[in-house]
Amino acid sequence: MAEASSAPTSAASPARRSAHQLDGLVRIAVVIVLIGLVELLCRSGLIQPTTMIAPSAMAQHAWEILREGKFDKDIAISLANIGAATVLAVILGFICGLLLHALPGLRSAIEPLLASYYAVPTFIFYPVFIVLFGVGSAPIIAIAVLLAIVTMITATLNGLDRIPRALHKTARVLRLTPWQSAVRVKLPAALPYLFTGVKLVVAYAFIGVIASEFILSGSGIGYAIGYAYNNFENNDMYALMFLVLASVTLVNLLLNALDRRLQARLRR
Amino acid sequence: MKPMREMQTPLLYALLAAGLAVSWQGLYWINGGSALASPGQAVLTLGSMMQTSEFWLHALETGKALLYALLIGLVGGLAAGLLLGVNRMARDVSEPILLNMYAIPKVTLYPLVLLVFGLGLSAKVAFGVMHGIIPIMVFTMNAIRQMRPVLLRAGQSMRLTRRQSLLHIVLPAILPEITAGLRLAFSLTLLGVLIGEMFASQRGLGFLLTNAMNLGDIRTIMAVALLLSVFALACNGGLMWLGRRLSPR
Repeated sequence: MAEASSAPTSAASPARRSAHQLDGLVRIAVVIVLIGLVELLCRSGLIQPTTMIAPSAMAQHAWEILREGKFDKDIAISLANIGAATVLAVILGFICGLLLHALPGLRSAIEPLLASYYAVPTFIFYPVFIVLFGVGSAPIIAIAVLLAIVTMITATLNGLDRIPRALHKTARVLRLTPWQSAVRVKLPAALPYLFTGVKLVVAYAFIGVIASEFILSGSGIGYAIGYAYNNFENNDMYALMFLVLASVTLVNLLLNALDRRLQARLRR
Repeated sequence: MKPMREMQTPLLYALLAAGLAVSWQGLYWINGGSALASPGQAVLTLGSMMQTSEFWLHALETGKALLYALLIGLVGGLAAGLLLGVNRMARDVSEPILLNMYAIPKVTLYPLVLLVFGLGLSAKVAFGVMHGIIPIMVFTMNAIRQMRPVLLRAGQSMRLTRRQSLLHIVLPAILPEITAGLRLAFSLTLLGVLIGEMFASQRGLGFLLTNAMNLGDIRTIMAVALLLSVFALACNGGLMWLGRRLSPR
């Protein structure tokens, strides 16, 4: 680090990169130590197995569940709902963002609403959707879309706002039609911002779908976890929790890596 | 555009509220009245509910859980954020972990919370804290990163102790950012407490919601949802105002 600060700016980047790699290694070590600590507490009996089973036991049981296919249907339903909610939120949010960007008057009227949207726990409207759509996939997808759509709208507006003016001018100089300039110039320029929106949409879709299933539903991973809790089936419950946490973390890591690459392209 | 917005904010919000009420009423008419409650009905239901002492017991229970969770989340998040934030390495290592924890659907962990804390107030508070503490930590850490280094150097030249510089320099400097974090944490904590009450609880506004949901009582659902939305928006507005007051610019 002393090297990085004393070196001229052109030579600073490899040093910074190695610091970055070191951070990554330390991070992995920290996570491993934390998990190991929990494992030790469980194995030594300080944490009773009726409260929590050891992480290794969770992983083992999760693997058995996947192999036996005990919860395959629930997993498939949850994934389908999350997928549907993500696609709907991304498309609808993108369209809303385009419209608001094209209509500045409407935008300035709606912007305070967007800014305080997340103050309201949207989730309390889930009962309303249940009464409207009945129990099933529809209210679950609706609440997840409601939860996720505003990040996409904000990301779209943000991306469109930040297209450099030079690009607009270049498009005009090249006499591109509005359609051409939208597809060839504006969309690629706004893409990194849009992708940040997509990343958040996926996270919110996971949260919305699994929380709804947990509270009131007849199927899905969230429902299976609630069911296992009510029937004292700790092994199933913790294995399912483990699956959810592991898959969300994995998806996040993947999206973050993609996001970083796109952001790097932005700076080039 | 900016001066216009600042001058006309109350008017803008009033128009927005009116627009929302009108579209709600429109939705009610489209749906034919049985599946949805109109804004008027929701307000009336809320009014008659507020006259029962039972409602206030539920509201008080939620309020108590929210207050405890917010206090613990704020103090704990601030302390942890300061500890991790002053060290560059600790900050860079922990931030991605925290962001990942933020994106996790924490509902899946609620059974664990119930098993550890048992049914009752403490489980709800713990679940609320789990939702709210991470944004406060992240905002605190970011605020310290963006703090102007000259402030700390001024403290050094005045030979302040670590504690003095933390209390008299760092804390005041990051205060506006913390109110922004608190704004996010507030809504998440409220959500955590409500979800906690919706699952395996016998008291609180969240319980009222699930109970009404099982009975198909749409008027109560919408009355409670309206109350919670207005409450959340009012607190959000208050914190926004506080943040603007505290920011030096």
